[in-house]
Amino acid sequence: MNPCQLLFLLLLALGMQTTHAAPQIERWQTTAGARVLFVETHALPIVDIQVDFAAGTAYEGAGQAGVASLTRELVELGVAGMDEAQLADRMADVGAELAGGVDRDRASIALRTLSMADKRAVALDLLRAVLSTPQFPAAVFEREKARSVASLKEALTRPETLAERALWTAMYPSHPYGRQATAESVAALERPQVLAFHAANYTAPRATLTIVGDLSRAQAEAAAEKLTAALPATPGMTAIAVPELPRSGEQRIAHPALQAHLLLGLPALKRGDPDFFPLLVGNYSLGGGGFVSRLMKAVRDQRGLAYSVHSYFQPLAQLGPFEIGLQTKKEQAQEALKLTREVLAGFLAQGPSEEELLAAKQNLMGSFPLRLDSNRGILNSVAVIGFYELPLDYLDRYPDNIEKVTLADIKAAFARRVRPQHLVTVIVAGE
Amino acid sequence: MLMRHARLIPLLLLLAAPPPALAETFEQQLPNGLRVIVREDKRAPTVVHMVWYRAGSMDETNGRTGVAHVLEHMMFKGTPSAGPGEFNRRVAAAGGRDNAFTSRDYTAYFQQVPRHQLAEMMQLEADRMRHLTLDRDEFAQELRVVMEERRLRTDDQPQSLLFEQLTAIAFQAHPYRVPIIGWMNDLENLAPADARAWYDNWYAPNNAYVVVVGDIDHQAVFALAAQHYGPLPARPLPVRKPQDEPPQLGTRRLTVKAPAELPLLMMAYKVPVIRNVDQDVDPYALEILAAVLAGHDGARLSTNLVRRQRLAVEAEVSYDATARGPGLFYLQGSPSEGRTVSELEAGLRAEIAAVRQNAVTVDELARAKAQLIAGQIYKLDSMFEQAMEIGQLEAVGIPYTQNRRLIEKLQEVTAEQVQAVARKYFDDQQLTVGELDPQPLPSAVRAPAAAAQR
Repeated sequence: MNPCQLLFLLLLALGMQTTHAAPQIERWQTTAGARVLFVETHALPIVDIQVDFAAGTAYEGAGQAGVASLTRELVELGVAGMDEAQLADRMADVGAELAGGVDRDRASIALRTLSMADKRAVALDLLRAVLSTPQFPAAVFEREKARSVASLKEALTRPETLAERALWTAMYPSHPYGRQATAESVAALERPQVLAFHAANYTAPRATLTIVGDLSRAQAEAAAEKLTAALPATPGMTAIAVPELPRSGEQRIAHPALQAHLLLGLPALKRGDPDFFPLLVGNYSLGGGGFVSRLMKAVRDQRGLAYSVHSYFQPLAQLGPFEIGLQTKKEQAQEALKLTREVLAGFLAQGPSEEELLAAKQNLMGSFPLRLDSNRGILNSVAVIGFYELPLDYLDRYPDNIEKVTLADIKAAFARRVRPQHLVTVIVAGE
Repeated sequence: MLMRHARLIPLLLLLAAPPPALAETFEQQLPNGLRVIVREDKRAPTVVHMVWYRAGSMDETNGRTGVAHVLEHMMFKGTPSAGPGEFNRRVAAAGGRDNAFTSRDYTAYFQQVPRHQLAEMMQLEADRMRHLTLDRDEFAQELRVVMEERRLRTDDQPQSLLFEQLTAIAFQAHPYRVPIIGWMNDLENLAPADARAWYDNWYAPNNAYVVVVGDIDHQAVFALAAQHYGPLPARPLPVRKPQDEPPQLGTRRLTVKAPAELPLLMMAYKVPVIRNVDQDVDPYALEILAAVLAGHDGARLSTNLVRRQRLAVEAEVSYDATARGPGLFYLQGSPSEGRTVSELEAGLRAEIAAVRQNAVTVDELARAKAQLIAGQIYKLDSMFEQAMEIGQLEAVGIPYTQNRRLIEKLQEVTAEQVQAVARKYFDDQQLTVGELDPQPLPSAVRAPAAAAQR
């Protein structure tokens, strides 16, 4: 069968698949000590494998800001017996794709491959090499360091980057979450620091594998064993310190942009915290619910002050931020800031109305299937469950957990988590 | 959990069912000219519903640039039966997500909802296809929002400014020269009557088509479509003038100065796009050329310019073989520290020259095709992307049923054909070159740590 014929047979098959609510997740541990979460689905000949290491920027040592990102970039740029070009070519030869990145907590390496045995075997071998035998060639290290410095310098001219960085620094003044790579800190990095960061953090006990797709349980187990067999068993640094809450304050940064970038935020919520659901439901009405939120109505619809305005919680291993953001013509920055603060204060004082609560639940429960209607969607949700060790029935209970939130729960949770005395404000280009 | 058992039943039914019809995508045209295209994808209990209008920024006239996109915004501002904001509210209450997008070629609206909500989505879309209010005050307010969008996406984005100005110079007669969001001065002077005229001209069932992908029976969709869209009358459409671009007679160059750190070079060559799916060869060869140059991390530009020569921080290619208007093949990149934009231009030209002289290898050709097929299979993971693919083909006048042929044509491309397009189209006469000349930021910005904390 040629690939075209295969593709169109697949299209025929799509109309015949089964329907289900939340995916069934299986969990086990590999011999080396890595956690595995697996969702079996044969609707498409695709396998996704995401490997998350507790190797985000929060685990960088002092004076090494930037080492987490550089390490993640370098793991796929040369492995034992293969240089970066050979690796990329072999991956492309079988139509496989490697993706991923770094956030505060995680360094992710994600493989998407076709599930046909010949293609899958090649792709898995390449992923195993990336996981277990990266070489960090000195010349590649120097080149990627220079590229990082260049793109960092470019990013630091952008008002949105300046605002986001200043906000995190202000929210986490003496915490790893607030630490930011600078051109200087990256330029000062040495190859041994990357090797040490990799050795300490890309280990089996710090790894979570999420596998979704066209494999049997036995095939998934074999793949997970093979992928993790050569990972070291060292647990490394485990806990990230609890951040102190900052004092409220306002920081202004000059910039020639036409629009001011306004951000407000504070450390608010950990993964797995029971306040998650009341905050999620409440925030829908405040600024999470797209076009129907209070912030959107007040700032965009009624006053035409901004194209986009939003608020969200980003739960992390430690208290992750609650954040409000918008951009507006600089002449109206003060007006927009005042209005945003009024909307927030009104919400904190009164909470949502009965109608808003109902609307929030309708959308959050009703839209739940949309999050899981693709392998990619399942992968994203299950990877979070795995990495943050949420209960395996998290997705099954999600609609119920939304449904049982009350107005009192929301008010109480916001009162605990979003206290104005800790809210910091950053305004870039607002003069 | 009951799921394992629940899954068995449909599988058993499936074994007993007759083999599926030859096509799993279905189509019907209503008497008013509206076409309805349905792809059944029953992996999850959701649907995506899209309404596409064959009117984009290329159909705008001087002084009214941006009106296609402003009207797209106004489509959420109410009808007599569903007031301002009601559309979004009802989609949200249905557990849905919705939005819209305007391109040069088309304007499209979509909702992703649980499958049982499709009827309500059709009722809402049919209502605003004919009965938009276009209130004067709402218009004035929304125009301010659109101007904020322009500042956010273009005026404060050096790369977007370069792209906007390069496009305006590469095309002189064809309306592709105009930015989709419109020139700021045109936005400042846009009137409700302009939006009304646009709506009356183009928002008719005979200028639209509906695409539905998801867990729903096509006959049920056709019945719903007839019920909701069927009563809307067809109307005569304005004449579309071709506005063909006259031949370019030499290289065009421009510079954009904006606050940035890295210079950016953008080279755009005039190339053909697909007009006849079966007979064309060159657009397919250009697609393969783009993949060989920059289709993956090990492709030529990355390997040669970024990794070996360290001439560039980034080097990319962009080419879209399907469009209503004329095509451009873009090569772009930022030089490494200590290297210049002209060195990078020479490096990019050398990569094209290499294909011209030595063609591409058998391995490169096979690799580009393997990625292409895999990409098509990965696309099946997303109902939204499937609906987009159908909609975008139809928007440029290629029937979605030709998608299979398009992929076969790409599979048939030879190394000689790739070499032939590299020889044929990449000459200086067809070239427009844009350069972003980065301007330093005021020193206060460079030391944000010094800013006062209050």
